[in-house]
Amino acid sequence: MDVISLIGMISILTAGVTISIGSIGCALGEGKAVASSLTAIAQQPDESGTISRTLFVGLAMIESTAIYCLVVAMILIFANPFWNYALSR
Amino acid sequence: MEFMDLADITPDAVIFWQMGWIKLNLTIVFTWITMGILLAVSLLATRRIRPGKDLSPWQNFLEAVIEIASNQIEDISQQRAGKYLDFIGTLFLFIAVSNLFAVIPGYVPPTGSLATTSALALCVFVAVPVYGIVTEGLVQYLKLYSSPTLFMLPFNIVSEFTRTLALAVRLFGNIMSANKIAAILMAVIPLVFPVFMHLLELLTGFIQAYIFAVLAMVYITSATRVQYELGEG
Repeated sequence: MDVISLIGMISILTAGVTISIGSIGCALGEGKAVASSLTAIAQQPDESGTISRTLFVGLAMIESTAIYCLVVAMILIFANPFWNYALSR
Repeated sequence: MEFMDLADITPDAVIFWQMGWIKLNLTIVFTWITMGILLAVSLLATRRIRPGKDLSPWQNFLEAVIEIASNQIEDISQQRAGKYLDFIGTLFLFIAVSNLFAVIPGYVPPTGSLATTSALALCVFVAVPVYGIVTEGLVQYLKLYSSPTLFMLPFNIVSEFTRTLALAVRLFGNIMSANKIAAILMAVIPLVFPVFMHLLELLTGFIQAYIFAVLAMVYITSATRVQYELGEG
């Protein structure tokens, strides 16, 4: 097996693993956050404005880990530096 | 009229116009277009501005936007919105307009490039100490870095940089991935389904603009309420 097919294979495999593990963790965290904020809104409906704003900010924070994984996966597939290096050689 | 290929990950790499060593990439062109639209709408709407009940629709719309923005800022910061409204409102309007226009065919959102989002995040990075020092004074502001104990000093300094990076990458990742997913779906299932993805893109784009503005405001708030943060107020 030559170098370029090895690079392509490992890149695609790693991109899949990256996005799957990243989204599992992020989904668990977001689910927990939404569930507890729903409980909080059910207990204190008057505070729903503050709670949902904090929820959005928190979700953005949690989601950013999954977004990092997505960016890494996208780079591995679309803009892989090693791939370009192997092509140029 | 599509400017970007599926393989182009950012609009930075696509050259729109070139003369000698002067290159204009898509990011710059569409940032200028967005700025032009924002400027033209505000100029046209505020040309015949007047008090009273007899408002033009555009004045009414812009007043509603400003009112919502200043209410949100006051809710988050527990301070008068006045001095924050310009900065936060500008960030929000620019990001929201460029994300929402992404559904127009041919428009390439400049927020889908890491260069634009880094520039916006750097603005926040500079604005936080500026607002902090202006409201609280240099000594009080520097005290914030050693709170709650001196042991936390390196962590506070590192977090200043990592949160700037997170701001930039979050916005870039969301917008870029929304565009890519829309483009991939357009190639796979071109009938009806992309419409729903575009709807989702509108929602995420707007939420991301809101989140960027709220996070910027939260960071500024934590720097301008040092007394409160240190538990002295």
